[in-house]
Amino acid sequence: MADRKLLQIQQMSAHPGPIAGQGMARVEELCKLIDTTTCIGCKACEVACVEWNDMPFQPTMFDNTYQTMPDTNWNYWNLIKFNESQHSDGSFAWLMRKHQCMHCEDPGCLRACPADGAIVQYANGIVDFQQENCIGCQFCVSGCPFNVPKFNPSTKKVYKCTLCSDRVGAGLEPACIKSCPTGCLHFGTKEDMKFLAEKRATQLRDVSGFKEAGVYDPETIGGTHVIYVLHNINEPEKYGNLPAKPRIPLAFTVWKDIFKPIGLIGAMLGFVGVVMHYVFEGPRRAQPEPPVTRIDPPPAAGKEN
Amino acid sequence: MATSANEYHHQPNAIDRLGRTVVYAGELLRHPVYTRFLHWMYGIFFFLALLSGFGIYAPWIFRFFTPVFGGGALTRLLHPWFGLAFVFFFGLQCVNWLGVMRWTPDDTAWMKNIQSYVTHKEDMEPANVAFYNAGQKAQFWEIVAGCIAYVITGFIMWFPEIFGRVLVSISYVIHDISALIMLFGIFFHVYLSTFGEPGTIQAMTRGTVSKEWAWTHHPAWYKDMTGRDPYKDMEAERDRLYGGK
Repeated sequence: MADRKLLQIQQMSAHPGPIAGQGMARVEELCKLIDTTTCIGCKACEVACVEWNDMPFQPTMFDNTYQTMPDTNWNYWNLIKFNESQHSDGSFAWLMRKHQCMHCEDPGCLRACPADGAIVQYANGIVDFQQENCIGCQFCVSGCPFNVPKFNPSTKKVYKCTLCSDRVGAGLEPACIKSCPTGCLHFGTKEDMKFLAEKRATQLRDVSGFKEAGVYDPETIGGTHVIYVLHNINEPEKYGNLPAKPRIPLAFTVWKDIFKPIGLIGAMLGFVGVVMHYVFEGPRRAQPEPPVTRIDPPPAAGKEN
Repeated sequence: MATSANEYHHQPNAIDRLGRTVVYAGELLRHPVYTRFLHWMYGIFFFLALLSGFGIYAPWIFRFFTPVFGGGALTRLLHPWFGLAFVFFFGLQCVNWLGVMRWTPDDTAWMKNIQSYVTHKEDMEPANVAFYNAGQKAQFWEIVAGCIAYVITGFIMWFPEIFGRVLVSISYVIHDISALIMLFGIFFHVYLSTFGEPGTIQAMTRGTVSKEWAWTHHPAWYKDMTGRDPYKDMEAERDRLYGGK
């Protein structure tokens, strides 16, 4: 049984009231650190993820590269993206990035979700889908800057990486971390992982000749609870469409939070308007028909259809 | 003559033959069975789509509206079908009413003078108001535009995996705006057909209206139906009673 304190909810999608127990205890923010410079692309994390989460087998496809499938899936939450890239001097780089949910501090999925309690963010930073509340609208898919949530057409629910909230809640590290053979995956508090990542980036810059090495923790969404050490922090797109400045569409922030309530009130003014019209102006009643003063041709219509 | 082009013509079809319209003495036939059938069909689906959409629209009414349709997931599943049914029946009504809904220069003049309609400055509508006045036509064309917006944006949101997240997030806003405009309009529609102008709703229930109603609200249509020019008759009566001016 998960420790309630470790999985205390701090944000809930489309939830109008307060959240029970919110802010009652100090909870450390957690973080997964992925050092892309030491990843060897062994896919042990992929297997560990599928095994721990009891996912049905996902067929792979061959496209002449090491890429076993084009993207994550509703039953495949963790995928290493293999990217071949060329430096400006013509030399070659083989970039591998473990792609999964980034567990944003300001999650676009949670912002977009219209279903009460279908997406929650725990105080430790993990963003988790609660499929029993999911209505299958897929707005979260549009809200996510990383293209993470995946829809299962047969269950009409959306799934994604939970950062092994079930393991974390029991005081264990996520399955992918446990399986990594090179130690490129680390798990701990955000503070510690940030420190470790910066230390590694400094080492890459100073010792290994990667002058542009840096830590990917995008500020545009308030930081993420999965951070990367990249060889070149200026070109995250080269690692399989990792956005340099991930953003939540304005439709799910400005429109949803500000203009939606205003718009609804505006539309309801129509109701107020007609009631006020009845009170101030009253109904328009039919006037008596003009009396017959001439004998005109007989009525042209007015028959049964 | 501009008004006779606005006359409603309808050939009875199979649905008309399913029912009947009794025109009592002192009444005029306004809407045949087919028109009434379509109206109530899309009326029902409009409210089903509106209420199921409400649940998804705003978090604070999610728990209020979704149980009506069997929970959030079922609400989401049914909403597009309610919408499609609404658009389908309204589309048939469009074809049915295309002639009488044509916008004329008289309608533009009516719209510029809308204040006199709202404040009842005149007891009767202007002499050139035929089957529908400009306000009714404006609402009709708003719903036509809304339906087009609903269908396009609705399909994009229904199949996001085809259209992508940028289009979905734009559609989401347009779909909402269209719904808000239509929600705003429905209050006026319901009010004017019931409390605002008594005697109107029977046009959509029994299909007939009183002659008094017809000449008050649609003088040119009244003229087409009865062959009498209501304003001319009024003036003649005034001349007879008060000896003219």
